[in-house]
Amino acid sequence: MNRILWLWGILFGLWLLLSYHFEWLFLVFGTATCTVAVLVAARMGIVDRESVPLHLVRRGALYVPWLVWEILKSNVRVAGIILSPRLRVDPSIVHFRASQRTDLGRFIYANSITLTPGTVTTGIVADDLEVHAIVREEVDGSEENDMNRRVAALEGEGA
Amino acid sequence: MFAVTAAALLVAMCLAMCRALLGPTAYDRVLALNNIGTKTVVLIAVLGFLNGRPDFLDLALAYALINFIGTIAVLKYIEYGDLGAGGGTSRDRAGG
Amino acid sequence: MMEQVLPVLTWVLLLSGAFFLVTGALGMVRLPDVFTRMHAAGMTDTMGAGLILVGLCLHSGVNLVTMRLLLVLAFLWFTAPIATHAVAKAALAAGTEPYTLGAGEGGADGGEGEGGGAP
Repeated sequence: MNRILWLWGILFGLWLLLSYHFEWLFLVFGTATCTVAVLVAARMGIVDRESVPLHLVRRGALYVPWLVWEILKSNVRVAGIILSPRLRVDPSIVHFRASQRTDLGRFIYANSITLTPGTVTTGIVADDLEVHAIVREEVDGSEENDMNRRVAALEGEGA
Repeated sequence: MFAVTAAALLVAMCLAMCRALLGPTAYDRVLALNNIGTKTVVLIAVLGFLNGRPDFLDLALAYALINFIGTIAVLKYIEYGDLGAGGGTSRDRAGG
Repeated sequence: MMEQVLPVLTWVLLLSGAFFLVTGALGMVRLPDVFTRMHAAGMTDTMGAGLILVGLCLHSGVNLVTMRLLLVLAFLWFTAPIATHAVAKAALAAGTEPYTLGAGEGGADGGEGEGGGAP
C-alpha cells in the first residue's frame, strides 16, 4: 500500500514537472491519469520491490556519485586509447562473478558495467556476467572488485 | 559558446554517419544510428538554448524515448525478421 | 564571485563535453570491430551528453529547465546501457566474432570487410 502511494506521488510529480500548468483542469487530468495508471499497475501485480525500489533510494544517493566518478576516469582512459596514434586495444571477453542476491542487484551491476566505457556486458546467466573489455589487463572480474562490492552493499540486507 | 558545442555535435554526427554508411555489419549501423540519435537529443537541447527557447527540451525528452524504442525495434527486426516474435534470443533457443 | 565562476565553468563543461563527443565519434570510425566501437559509443552517451547537459544546467540556473535537463540526462543514462547491451547481445547471437589481437594480423583494420554475421 505504501509502495502504491509512493508510485502515485512519483508519477504525479513527473506530471507536474512535465506540464507545469497549475490550472484546475490540468491538475484534475493529472490526478485522473496517475490514478488510472497506478490502479492498472496494481491490478497487474507489478508494484513490488523490483519496480518501485524504495529501499535503494538512500544508499543509491551514495552509489551514483561514485559511479559518475568511475565513469569519468574510464572515459579519460578510453579517450586516451582512441587518440593514441597506434590504437592500443586488446579486446577480449572476460567473465565476471556477481555476488548480488536479487535480479535487480545484478541488473544494476550489469548496467553499471556497460555504462562505464571500456566494458560492455554482453550476456548474463545467473551470477555469471559475460563482459567485453577493450583492454584485457585493465579489468578485474573477480568477486572482490569495487563495483561488485558496492552494488551488493547497495542492495542491503534481507533482499 | 552554444554555437561551438552545436558545431562539435554536428562534426561528431558526421563521423558517426560515416560509420553508419561504411558498416560493415548491420550491428555497426544500428550502433551508429543509436549514437546519432543520442547526439540529436543533446543537439536539440543545445539549439533550444542557442535560440533562447528552452521549451525545446520537451522535444529532446520525446526524442530520447523514440530513439531508445527505435533501436530496440530495429534490433528485434534484424534478429527475427518480425516485430511480433516473442521470447528469447536465437542464442537462448540454440540452448546456449 | 559566483557570477564570474559560473560562465567559466559552463564553458569548461560544454567544451570538454564536445571533446568527448568528437573523440567518441572518432573512435567509432577508427576502432576495428562492432564490439570495440561500442566502448566509443558509450563514451559519447555518458560523458559527452552528460557534461554538455550539466553545462546547460549551470547556465540556466535553478528552475524548471534544470529539472527537465536532469530528466533528459537520467533517461539517457538509463537507456544507453540497455541499448548497447541489446546491440552486443544481438551481434553475438548472430555469430559475429569479436576482434582480438591474435586473430587480426591485418593491424587495426582486422575487423573490416569481413562482414561477419550480417544476415
